[in-house]
Amino acid sequence: MSALLDVIHLKKSFGGLAVTNDVSLSLAPGDRVALIGPNGAGKTTFVNLVTGNLKPDQGRVLIGGEDVSAMKPAERVKRGLIRSFQVTRLFQDMTPEEHVAMAVLQRDGRSGRMFGHYAGKRQVMEEVGSILDLLGLSALAHLKVREIAYGQQRLLEIAVAMALRPKVLLLDEPAAGVPHSETTRIEKALDMLPAELAVLMIDHDMDLVFRFAKRVVVLAAGTVIFDGSPQAVTADQRVREAYLGSYGHAGSAA
Amino acid sequence: MRTQDGSSRGLVQALADRGIFGILIIILVGIAGYYLLPNNLALLTRITATALLVLSIDLVTGYCGVATLGHAALFGAGAYGAGIASAHFGINEPISMTLIGAAAGALAGLISGFVILRAHGLAQLVLSIAVVHLAHEAANKASGWTGGSDGLSGIAPGAIFGVFEFDLWGRTAYVYGIVLLVLVFALLKILVRSPFGMLARGVREDSLRIAAMGASAHSVQMRMYVISGIVAGIGGALSAISTQVVGLDSLSFTLSAQSLVMLVLGGVGSLYGAIIGTVVFMFFEDTVSAANPFHWLTIVGALLILVVLFAPKGLYGSAIALSSRLTRRKSA
Ligand SMILES: Nc1ncnc2c1ncn2[C@@H]1O[C@H](COP(=O)(O)OP(=O)(O)OP(=O)(O)O)[C@@H](O)[C@H]1O
Ligand SMILES: [Mg+2]
Repeated sequence: MSALLDVIHLKKSFGGLAVTNDVSLSLAPGDRVALIGPNGAGKTTFVNLVTGNLKPDQGRVLIGGEDVSAMKPAERVKRGLIRSFQVTRLFQDMTPEEHVAMAVLQRDGRSGRMFGHYAGKRQVMEEVGSILDLLGLSALAHLKVREIAYGQQRLLEIAVAMALRPKVLLLDEPAAGVPHSETTRIEKALDMLPAELAVLMIDHDMDLVFRFAKRVVVLAAGTVIFDGSPQAVTADQRVREAYLGSYGHAGSAA
Repeated sequence: MRTQDGSSRGLVQALADRGIFGILIIILVGIAGYYLLPNNLALLTRITATALLVLSIDLVTGYCGVATLGHAALFGAGAYGAGIASAHFGINEPISMTLIGAAAGALAGLISGFVILRAHGLAQLVLSIAVVHLAHEAANKASGWTGGSDGLSGIAPGAIFGVFEFDLWGRTAYVYGIVLLVLVFALLKILVRSPFGMLARGVREDSLRIAAMGASAHSVQMRMYVISGIVAGIGGALSAISTQVVGLDSLSFTLSAQSLVMLVLGGVGSLYGAIIGTVVFMFFEDTVSAANPFHWLTIVGALLILVVLFAPKGLYGSAIALSSRLTRRKSA
């Protein structure tokens, strides 16, 4: 199988509400997919099911052909499945430099070292420096996360994901909360990602979606209602209806 | 951390990060205690042993976010380990006794970590209390080994390096304790600065985030529990060596709770806070209980309420917060 990620017949309901209703999706190397859909369509839930943060009622997840359905999130991360969070999850008392260094060390299996300091490791510092630079965070490298603006925290969230060197990257609204002037930073960072990586990005910003994606998947009420080219999506009748509200809320499970 | 300017302030910061000041202060206060309170060396040694226990709690609570009211199990394991080695096996060489205490503490850390880390939050706290009660009961029942409620006697540590005898005034024991504290402090300072220490702080703040980076919070906490067992075990061994008796109180819920209180008093999540909290609490306890044997607990309680209300980060944490606010105002 050539797919990096296979999601097969995934189902999840919350108390009778089918939030993920038989969703299947494959990502191949080099894919740039946008997952869009109205608020509450089940996009974040889908990501949580794929990463193992939520347990599906049914369905399987394969990474590079290997069934990871029974694995914990951390084990899936070790296989290259990396996600970012819609609402930033960072360590308030740590600096951007520490975040990225932790990710780099963890990726290289060196985060358990009990002596020395990452700043003493030139290779680590160089990589951390270049990632922070790419996202325009160098000037803030030594401030605590609680002291930096939310938009910058969003950029750091992406920096951490990049530092983990994903094979499959799931970005949950990376631009949400980032001032418009800064979204170019995110786009630049996305452009710098290795070509063979598979990226799935959730976002509501259509300009960003159209510039980034070669394929768009539309989720409404937990169901995939469209999977095709960005050109075709705006013309699609069902997608229009979904955004006009008829699919705005997840339907009840049968 | 490397600072860009490389000025003298950078040097001061670098030294502080490595705990050089802390080590110097422990040594200086240690020397001062030796000369200023020559008749109270037993108390000072007891404070030193307890400080090791409180440091050990700080490792799992302050650095890893594990709630525990049963940490004396690790301290008691070290005390009984060292004590039994001497009383039953004739291992009287103090450094060997200390190492045996450390090993016993590590084992106790492994076992209690295994139990306590199954749960989270309140359930975790309850499990930790169960662990220390079980340990207490086991030691009580195994009176052939532990002396039960009479305490374990017959501990006869030999001279350190065959030269320094344990004297009646407790001078040797005191100096040995300070040396142990300095060594442990220095090693812990290295540990908390290391990549592992950083990972542990991450676990405390957000274990879901840690998992999203591919690390296992459980494994980090487990490793920290064993390290914390080593530290508490050394404290227990010091207590056994210096008092030459081990009682069931070294495995008690009371000691567990009191040492957690000391940590909160000094400041959770800082090695300095752990030591300051222990020193202040135990001095206060000693002074107040001598002056007013009936109401000292009330006074200690009142002190705690004051600290929690007005200095919620503990004495050390609040002092740091205050001083950084002052310097910021000055530079502004
Ligand atoms: N843990 C949960 N328990 C119960 N209901 C949940 C839970 N998580 C999500 N939901 C519900 O599932 C639906 C889908 O939520 P989800 O967060 O996946 O939507 P989304 O597409 O990411 O929306 P948004 O664009 O607002 O981020 C919502 O109706 C939400 O209230
Ligand atoms: Mg969402």
